[in-house]
Amino acid sequence: MENKVIYGLYGDDDHVLAATKKIVSKGYRVNEVYSPYPVHGLDTAMGLNYSRLAITSFMYGLLGFGLITLLMWFIMISDWPMIIGGKPNFSYGQALPAFIPVTFEATVFCAAHLMVITFLFRCGLFPGSSSRNPDPRTTDDKFLMEVSESDPKKITEIKKIMKECGAEEVNVKNSVKELMDEIDGELSKKNKVSKRRKVKKSNSSFLTNIINKIKRK
Amino acid sequence: MYRSPVREPLITGNKDLHDITVDIARPIETSANKWWWSLFIVSAIAMLWGFGCIAYTIGTGVGVWGLNNTIGWAWDITNFVWWVGIGHAGTLISAVLLLFRQNWRLSINRTSEAMTIFAVMQAGLFPLIHMGRLWVGFWVFPLPNQYGPLWVNFNSPLLWDVFAISTYFSVSLVFWYMGLIPDFAMIRDRAIKPITKKIYSFLSFGWSGRAKHWQRHEVMSLVLAGLCTPLVLSVHSIVSMDFATSVIPGWHTTIFPPYFVAGAIFGGFAMCQTLLLIARKVVNLEDYITMTHIEYMNIIILVTGSIVGCAYITELFIAWYSGVEFEQYAFLNRATGPYWWAYWAMMTCNVISPQLMWFKKLRRNILFTFIIALFVHIGMWFERFVIIVTSLHRDFLPSSWSMFSPTFVDLGIFIGTIGFFLVLFLIYARTFPVIAQAELKTIVKTKSSKYNKNKNGE
Repeated sequence: MENKVIYGLYGDDDHVLAATKKIVSKGYRVNEVYSPYPVHGLDTAMGLNYSRLAITSFMYGLLGFGLITLLMWFIMISDWPMIIGGKPNFSYGQALPAFIPVTFEATVFCAAHLMVITFLFRCGLFPGSSSRNPDPRTTDDKFLMEVSESDPKKITEIKKIMKECGAEEVNVKNSVKELMDEIDGELSKKNKVSKRRKVKKSNSSFLTNIINKIKRK
Repeated sequence: MYRSPVREPLITGNKDLHDITVDIARPIETSANKWWWSLFIVSAIAMLWGFGCIAYTIGTGVGVWGLNNTIGWAWDITNFVWWVGIGHAGTLISAVLLLFRQNWRLSINRTSEAMTIFAVMQAGLFPLIHMGRLWVGFWVFPLPNQYGPLWVNFNSPLLWDVFAISTYFSVSLVFWYMGLIPDFAMIRDRAIKPITKKIYSFLSFGWSGRAKHWQRHEVMSLVLAGLCTPLVLSVHSIVSMDFATSVIPGWHTTIFPPYFVAGAIFGGFAMCQTLLLIARKVVNLEDYITMTHIEYMNIIILVTGSIVGCAYITELFIAWYSGVEFEQYAFLNRATGPYWWAYWAMMTCNVISPQLMWFKKLRRNILFTFIIALFVHIGMWFERFVIIVTSLHRDFLPSSWSMFSPTFVDLGIFIGTIGFFLVLFLIYARTFPVIAQAELKTIVKTKSSKYNKNKNGE
């Protein structure tokens, strides 16, 4: 049997959350939900793991702390100790108070930037990336749910649950690509139609003008 | 009869999710009006004038400023501290109010953080041009060099400042941009013109709004807010240490770090008010930046203004109580010396004027708010001028006492930075989603007047 993808489009975050809970409770897996804003509770309902991004940030902070300590020790104590304002730099511990502000800044610098880079890397986001949401309405006011299944009986059951929970549209496709191509086709048609309409309008007014002139003559 | 107070909706005009999308995308998808163009042209002229003055300073030397042997720091550092301080409100709104889960931040956090970034850019200009030789500006970083093992001095608060400002600028920029990615994706998905579509796809980093991505995005925003909160407090503390670690009477004060931070938030919120009051008119955001938002911000101005007032009085008391003659003279000279007018301008604008915000009628009046915000800008600028110039102009040796008078170059650079700031802000207002719409949409069901029927005592 061929693997199909079932798409449910919702207009309310409560509906998509209820549908997810119901579909998961029936033993299916919700592959993905595309939403315009974070829906709280959706990640646990979908069975997603806890994000470890905060832990990486802590480790990057420790890294920044270590690196800047090493750098300041090398510069101020080891390589060229200077006595400034009567404050000698014999050991790192003695001169420590002066090093605290920069240590803090460097810790925050590494914790923040390296965490953000990790986030972008893990989510596959980068400038110029061509990936996007399959349905452009999901950055506006719609929520798109994606479930894959091959058994036609199960597909009808999933479709039924989706509709029960308030789905506005339910589609069954062979792949994401099919859905995206279809939507893109529709959109380009719409754009073309609107352009054509404008052209027609101007044409018709041009023609009617000429016809009117002829009639008057 | 007692009526329990009802919280007003934060989004008025019966908006639903799609209305928000349309309203936020409108300034980007339509062309600018006359107001925008006239403001932009004036700002651009000021900016170009400022750039000219900077070029003249660098070409001729710092001698073209009004500095002399006694007063080696004046408008440059005053402007630097003023601009850095203005930046603080943006981070406070986006980070501290996120930690406190204050929903009213959502309509204003994007714009106030943009303000932070643009203000810190202006601030960063001043130390660079005061170096005189802009092209060796990178010497402030601990880089290996050809002069043997000659390094920067990590004991110096000026070097701490380099680290603080560069960390603050870059982390704020990243925090701002990460919040922008979903909103750029919204603009991308609406775009019809191929060029617009290309630009916003590039800017949106391929954001798709998957559940896992949102989960990570939320964790990241929370951690960044947690990092930014101590960061913003540290930045102005370190700026204040530029003065506090010196031995100049009037500067050598332990109250400086908290006093500077409160002053920064105070001045920054005033700038936020100024920009938002303009922006809500110019790009029609009255339904999102409501009277409630303005009132809350006025309350913060009142609180921080009172803290600043307490700090001024504490400083005076400690100067007397310390028993140090030089310290006592420095403060007496501030209030009654040749710069008395600057001191009393500061006192009036910063301590007295915000106290009027105790009256509910006044703090809910837009024109009044706008005028008080301008007073606060003037007051906060004079605060830095008073601290810097009045402490320096009469030093330990009476024969070298002098006065400071700015030249047209000082003035030109200051006005130029205001122009530059406004140019950046105006371009931002037409090309960026000015409200964090993805975040704002999370509160539509509870805070929009469409769903919240508790409005106006109904």
